[in-house]
Amino acid sequence: MTNEKIIEVEQLMKIFGSFHAVDDISFDVKRGEIFGFLGANGAGKTTAMKMLTGLLSPTSGKATVAGFDVYKETEKIKKTIGYMSQKFSLYGDLTVKENIQLFGGIYGLKNKVIKAKMHELLGRLGMENSANALIDSLPLGWKQKLAFSVAMLHDPSIIFLDEPTGGVDPVTRRQFWEMIYETAHNGTTIFVTTHYMDEAEYCDRISMMVDGKIAALGSPDELKKGFNAQNMDEVFVGIAREGKVLK
Amino acid sequence: MHAITVKDLHKNYGEVEALKGINLTVEEGEIFGLIGPDGAGKTSLIRILTSLLFASSGESSVLGLDPAKDHKKLRSVIGYMPGRFSLYQDLTVEENLTLFASLFETTIEENYHLIKDIYGQIEPFKTRRAGALSGGMKQKLALSCAMIHKPEILFLDEPTTGVDPVSRKEFWEMLRKLNDEGLTIFVSTPYMDEANQCNRIALIQEGQIMGVDTPEHITNQFDRPLYAISGTNKFGMMQALKEFEHAHSVFSFGSVIHYSDNRGSIATKEIKDFLQKQGFEDCSIEETQPGIEDTFMALMTAHD
Amino acid sequence: MKRFLAFVQKEVYHILRDKRTLLILFGMPVVMILLFGYAITTEIRDAKIAILDHARDENTQQLKDKILASTYFLLTKELNNEQEIAEVFKDGKTKVVVVFEPNFGKKLQTESSANVQLIADASDPNTANTLVNYLQAIVADYMMEINQNANIPYQISMESRMWYNPELKGVYYFVPGLIAILLMLISAMMTSISIAREKELGTMEVLLTSPMRSGQIIIAKVVPYVILSLVDAVIILLLGKYVFEVPILGSLPLLFMEVLIFILLALSLGILISTVAATQQTALLLSLMALMLPTILLSGFIFPIENMPPPLRVMSNIIPARWFIVIVKSIMLKGSGLDILWQETVILCGFILFFIALSIKKFKIRLE
Repeated sequence: MTNEKIIEVEQLMKIFGSFHAVDDISFDVKRGEIFGFLGANGAGKTTAMKMLTGLLSPTSGKATVAGFDVYKETEKIKKTIGYMSQKFSLYGDLTVKENIQLFGGIYGLKNKVIKAKMHELLGRLGMENSANALIDSLPLGWKQKLAFSVAMLHDPSIIFLDEPTGGVDPVTRRQFWEMIYETAHNGTTIFVTTHYMDEAEYCDRISMMVDGKIAALGSPDELKKGFNAQNMDEVFVGIAREGKVLK
Repeated sequence: MHAITVKDLHKNYGEVEALKGINLTVEEGEIFGLIGPDGAGKTSLIRILTSLLFASSGESSVLGLDPAKDHKKLRSVIGYMPGRFSLYQDLTVEENLTLFASLFETTIEENYHLIKDIYGQIEPFKTRRAGALSGGMKQKLALSCAMIHKPEILFLDEPTTGVDPVSRKEFWEMLRKLNDEGLTIFVSTPYMDEANQCNRIALIQEGQIMGVDTPEHITNQFDRPLYAISGTNKFGMMQALKEFEHAHSVFSFGSVIHYSDNRGSIATKEIKDFLQKQGFEDCSIEETQPGIEDTFMALMTAHD
Repeated sequence: MKRFLAFVQKEVYHILRDKRTLLILFGMPVVMILLFGYAITTEIRDAKIAILDHARDENTQQLKDKILASTYFLLTKELNNEQEIAEVFKDGKTKVVVVFEPNFGKKLQTESSANVQLIADASDPNTANTLVNYLQAIVADYMMEINQNANIPYQISMESRMWYNPELKGVYYFVPGLIAILLMLISAMMTSISIAREKELGTMEVLLTSPMRSGQIIIAKVVPYVILSLVDAVIILLLGKYVFEVPILGSLPLLFMEVLIFILLALSLGILISTVAATQQTALLLSLMALMLPTILLSGFIFPIENMPPPLRVMSNIIPARWFIVIVKSIMLKGSGLDILWQETVILCGFILFFIALSIKKFKIRLE
């Protein structure tokens, strides 16, 4: 991790009609950091992430990702980042090989490079024998690891993970996090959303969103200390209690 | 009489075996938790028990009724809350509840006492469209709708998935209260930490039950001491521990690493020395109590 | 019953709160009838006609003057013989040729009856039909004039011949077809979508685990659409009658009975579709492909059934709208009663029974 800021967000807002989905958030993420983005469904995590990945234009505020502006340079952002979500990542009716070729092609990699990457990737995941298997026929854990590797195919400097471990069994979840660690260790910045509070502990820093706002931001230890809590669950309870007092 | 009995239940979708011979019984008046990840077969089992699906083979009975044959009788005595939020988003809170009351030929007034504690919290918003409620409030409304006809048994499919921890806690408190009044509750969840809220639990993985018992007895199945190791470079320590010749399991667990040794009980100093030799100076190690998640992972690895 | 009404009420809320549904339900009939109506009945001005006058007497002259005095017609050519008719049509400008028989005036005086033949270029059927209607009106008007001071009423019989498209479908005929299509669209598509929506949102799961029977669920879902479809039928009939002056000669109660039968038929089709469609999208596609296209193409609404190749003509028999259009046309334009239309009515009822039986067989009280 360095001190270079790779994501900078200042007073970012997204308003749908009269609904403030993302309500004036500011934070930054450093290169090589694992940045956890926590919150319940509907707290605004996905909307914030969509703005940072160039899928959605903010209503107001400033934000840059890898130095590119989220209003004007969305195409450049898309080339620099990787994205993986729990819901959609790979095509279930295509084989492992076809998916890798497809996404390699989408990011404009040369055929030679795709071939080399495919070989390296399948070897690392121990999936050489499944290269011609349909994605739908693979166990969920494999799919997720594969999806992550495919999102890393073009060596992005930041990877956005949208609830990558939702509903996955505890062993696979941990294996997945080990992949995340390794990736971060190699210098890639990780921006990850989750609603498993114990996973928050695996992040370098986390932000907790409540009703479109960032209610708390810091390292897991800082937050636990700040809320006098044993674990992240209690931190969240603390935030909710404070929120109620403030209202 | 058992509230639910399931014998050698199988469910196939084409070639996929979703349930591979499930056996369990649920006693009247208990909270029974079905705990496992996505794709383990939780939803299939609940749908078979609520008469929404036919099993491929095997027997099941709910309150003495066969879901496959007596679905008409069964459907009027059970309450069911599916995994997705299944209310009408374009109807108001009150309209939804009125509709469900009418479906079961009752009224809100008649059974208001049943849902007073739950519905009371969202009643101030009764003219709001259900689609505009927060996650926690939606859950309360869905539970109210599932309870309005005074069911004898309540089925809940992942009621707390994606809900914030505070709402989750509140939700479990509501279930506990309903249970105190004698309601049998069958609930599924992917969150291992919710197991302790149940009287008895079944751990389910890939269509098979890995164990059915009280949470305490389940954790007792974890048959060796467990150690919690902490330090600054957790990832590095994990890599090192995995290479340790006596390591039985190494899993990260929140801010610590859970380690078990294949020799059973050991001197913590040995591990500490090993880690310090590898350059992890500031590590600490102490024995800890295994939880459901530790047991689940141990059972999973044993099954493989 | 209370349960049932509560469910109907919920369905009404759904419809009223979804602006897009409302727009389809009430905007579409109005837009479609106006579009069709005005596209077909464009005002005729200075249409080119030719005249072949075999008689050339006082009466034919008067009649010719009367025709040309109107703003509708412009004379391109006086023809001398039958061969020239084909020639003037070929240049494409002349739309109608008026032919007076030899000794027109004399026959009118002695036999009190004479013949005019109207030959139209029906390759543009709607224009041709309108022109012939105008000409018929002018001739009828002239007849009234000369009959005012005659002892025995004179008769001018008109024979019109449509060249190139003898089975011309005309201006009045789009209203019955439009009723069929709109009812099909609203009743079948909307119900199939609304049932599929419950499946998609997961609410069907909750409904199924309630004691409400599947039959009740379905009937309660379609009741609001029956009423809405009837309202739509009334809108179309009113617009047809007062904006486009399409007559309704037959019995109004009979017409509504037939409309109701057709609505039930469309609803039963919609239910059938919803039993196989798991998502709103599938329901929409199925309705469009399986209902709308055949109804538009094979019912005789646009393409005359008599002109279809035999296989398609046979196929058109299983398109319910084909029979409905015959019924509505006969009631509105000919004033026919049930004594003539009972066969078609029986066929429609047969369709309903068939589709409902099939739906009941297919409707699952469980998931899967």
